[in-house]
Amino acid sequence: MEYLFEIEGANFSVAGNASSTIKRALKQRNVDPAKIKRIVVALFEAEINVVAHADHGTIRVLIEENQVQMFVKDYGPGIEDVDLAMSEGYSTASNSVREMGFGAGMGLPNIKRNADVFEIESIKGLGTNAHIIIYL
Amino acid sequence: MLMNEIIKLIDARSVCGDVCTLSTDDFEFAFASDLMSDVLRLTYDKTMLITGLCNVQTIRTAEMAEINLIIICRGKKCDAQMLSIAKDCDICLLETDHSVYRVCGELYSYGIKPLY
Amino acid sequence: MKLSEIIKKLDLVVLNAANEDEDIKSAYASDLLSDVMGNAEAEELWITMQTHKNVAAIASLKDIPAVVLINNGKPDVDMLEHANLENVAVLVTNLACYEFCAKLYNLINCEL
Repeated sequence: MEYLFEIEGANFSVAGNASSTIKRALKQRNVDPAKIKRIVVALFEAEINVVAHADHGTIRVLIEENQVQMFVKDYGPGIEDVDLAMSEGYSTASNSVREMGFGAGMGLPNIKRNADVFEIESIKGLGTNAHIIIYL
Repeated sequence: MLMNEIIKLIDARSVCGDVCTLSTDDFEFAFASDLMSDVLRLTYDKTMLITGLCNVQTIRTAEMAEINLIIICRGKKCDAQMLSIAKDCDICLLETDHSVYRVCGELYSYGIKPLY
Repeated sequence: MKLSEIIKKLDLVVLNAANEDEDIKSAYASDLLSDVMGNAEAEELWITMQTHKNVAAIASLKDIPAVVLINNGKPDVDMLEHANLENVAVLVTNLACYEFCAKLYNLINCEL
């Protein structure tokens, strides 16, 4: 099964809709609830990152027999130093994002914690591509 | 442990879901935070969330973290979109005018344990 | 209750020179700076997991004598520098927000 979502930057009122759709789809397929939680937490953090930092982006989710793959692509400022961004507490979020309850520098570490595979590549000024796999 | 008593204890209003139909066995623990990535780290589901963050993301975060009771503090009011998403996700919402600090104090005295 | 007593009874680590004679009657737990700006009262203890510079700035603006960083939080270097300048005590607990609030609330309210 393949799902495709367009994500709008800065629109927090619909942020999480993609993750919610995937959660329902996984529940319908009777995926183990513990796996569902790992998948949707990773996806939700990635979705929030697009909304918080980028102009716009796309999320593609492939639900396969033995794994769920998520491709998150955004057109935004890019991440200057990916290793630094992966470290706990590091954040470039704006004050308004912080007031939305995000931007404390825990997003990428949370994705890493839940993912079996987490690859991220970023070009400054262009955007960021993330690939997340969680095995079922 | 009766959910009714918890509502009374913190002078809360139930604004979504029928909290009283929930068993307090569902809420062995409480967790307080305004930062959603912090909430998304919870590994144990039977937890109630005490927060001062009152927006759609509060509800979405609870949905992803499998939390089905949120106590919104500091007199904040849930809007229609929040209520509608919470209803779809079977999440109960309580609102109280008290601060997060006070709600934590009261619930702890009542026997709700900290998760960490 | 004197800040020194709270520090002792709740095992807080003190990161800078605190005015330990300060009398604390209540606290405000929040990670949202706008809430603290709008709602925290002077002379309350501020409990948070935010560790950036604005925390010290807002504490000073609001006459908050001390900030407690939960979960063993480490303040950013500029937060601590700013706190030193503004005489805001920076304290650290290994507890999470719920348990720290609960213990402080019961400690202060037992005394009253």
